[in-house]
Amino acid sequence: MADNRMADASTLVAVHGAGLAYGAHSVLDDVSLTLEPGRITTLIGPNGAGKSTLARLVLGLTRPDRGRVERRAGLRLGYMPQHLHVDESLPLTVDRFLWLAAPGRTRARRDALQRTGVAHLRRRAVRGLSGGEMQRVLLARALLRKPDLLVLDEPAQGVDVSGQDALYGLLGEVRDETGCGILLISHDLHLVMARTDQVVCLHHHVCCSGTPEAVSRDPAYHRLFGPSGGMHNLAVYTHDHDHDHDLSGDPHHDHHGHTGGHHHD
Amino acid sequence: MTTTGTRGATTMIELLAPALLAGLAVALVAGPMGSFVVWRRMAFFGDTLAHGALLGAALALALDVNLYLAVVVACLAIAAALVGLQQQRQITGDTLLGIVAHTTLALGVIAISLQKSVQVDLFAYLFGDLLAVNWRDVLALWAGAVLILVLLAWHWRALLSITVNEDLAQVEGVPVTRTRLILMLLLALLIAGAIRTVGVLLITSLLVIPAAGARRLSRTPEQMAVLASLLGLASVFLGLAGSWYADTPVGPSIVVAAAVLFGFTLLRQPDS
Repeated sequence: MADNRMADASTLVAVHGAGLAYGAHSVLDDVSLTLEPGRITTLIGPNGAGKSTLARLVLGLTRPDRGRVERRAGLRLGYMPQHLHVDESLPLTVDRFLWLAAPGRTRARRDALQRTGVAHLRRRAVRGLSGGEMQRVLLARALLRKPDLLVLDEPAQGVDVSGQDALYGLLGEVRDETGCGILLISHDLHLVMARTDQVVCLHHHVCCSGTPEAVSRDPAYHRLFGPSGGMHNLAVYTHDHDHDHDLSGDPHHDHHGHTGGHHHD
Repeated sequence: MTTTGTRGATTMIELLAPALLAGLAVALVAGPMGSFVVWRRMAFFGDTLAHGALLGAALALALDVNLYLAVVVACLAIAAALVGLQQQRQITGDTLLGIVAHTTLALGVIAISLQKSVQVDLFAYLFGDLLAVNWRDVLALWAGAVLILVLLAWHWRALLSITVNEDLAQVEGVPVTRTRLILMLLLALLIAGAIRTVGVLLITSLLVIPAAGARRLSRTPEQMAVLASLLGLASVFLGLAGSWYADTPVGPSIVVAAAVLFGFTLLRQPDS
């Protein structure tokens, strides 16, 4: 009972020593995480490291086998899943999709789409949106909830580099305006380096955490991503205007390996 | 000549009115319910519940309890058993449904055939006997239809939300499990009503075919639900009329009418 209190009254979500296994396969082991209002926390780690599972614990979609997850009373959550598949048998316009989160507020729905830069998609069918368009519609739905905590699973997927930059810029603005906390999942530190307050490096357990600079100097981080991968991921992303800004978000593979200044320690 | 024609039409209306009204009640509800069955890919699940309904009907006869009540209870029991069995991962969903559907159907047929005391028309349960419904049935069916429509409208957003994405629905505060149970309950109620009209073997078709036809003409879920109802109502009209003039069994005639209407919707390209 002694540790049943939150770290701080304002703390949004606190995960204490959470463990989770699917059969014999341990996904999370003794993971702790604290999410505060007004802070952007980025969860990085290789594929299959348990990042999405940890996000699901935070959201209350999955329960841990061990440990505890505490949420502030009355916490409003906004969630942007990695994928959203709408069955082809279901006719659904973007507006109708947003209505599920915010019924009766046509204006609010229009504003949310405006905010994420896809107001023109309001009457379009959800099926047939590009990956980048879908991400922006999902973000609009999450923002409509006026969340205290926004959880985004790989928000940069299917969005080109300039689109990603715009997306992270928007998340920063939302944080500044509403004071909400943000939990981002990424497998690419260099993309989010400049935008994040706290980085948690996850590989079934928390390898290291702290400011982006501290994490990028941490030996555990280098072990996790390997020397070459480390070099790639160490690169702090800087935005070059050598490409078109494409908000439709079709992935541009020519940016693979695009790196800014390298940090060597 | 004119008098005979009028009398013929009057007789037809008198004879068919209860059947028509009963069929319309089922078709009206089958529109939105069938849409959910299609969206959630529950066609086989609905079929399994319908087959289980026969077992419920057999129990109602054996225990001399209300048919509709027994069918609803049987459907809910089977739905609960299926949800429980689906937690295990050894048998896939399809296989499980196949086992349960046909086992309960076989048990239902055996149970009904064992009823020595009453003469039971098994065919009527399997393929429906719309012409046998009386005014009390019509009243019960419409009461059930209104109940289902009210519950659907009340929970519409939650039902739609869990259909689009259960994770998002849960994060946004929709009681996912409760909403899923409501959908099961509504489906069980509908199947109980439909057992007398189209029969257990044809219920799924009345759920799925109008909804599938409506899909091609709709841009929103609500449009699809309403259009599916309209297509279902038209199928009942056409099926009954066809049955009257060609002396074909009513339930299958309605299903064929629905299929023909679906065929017409194929002529139009879906725009989304």
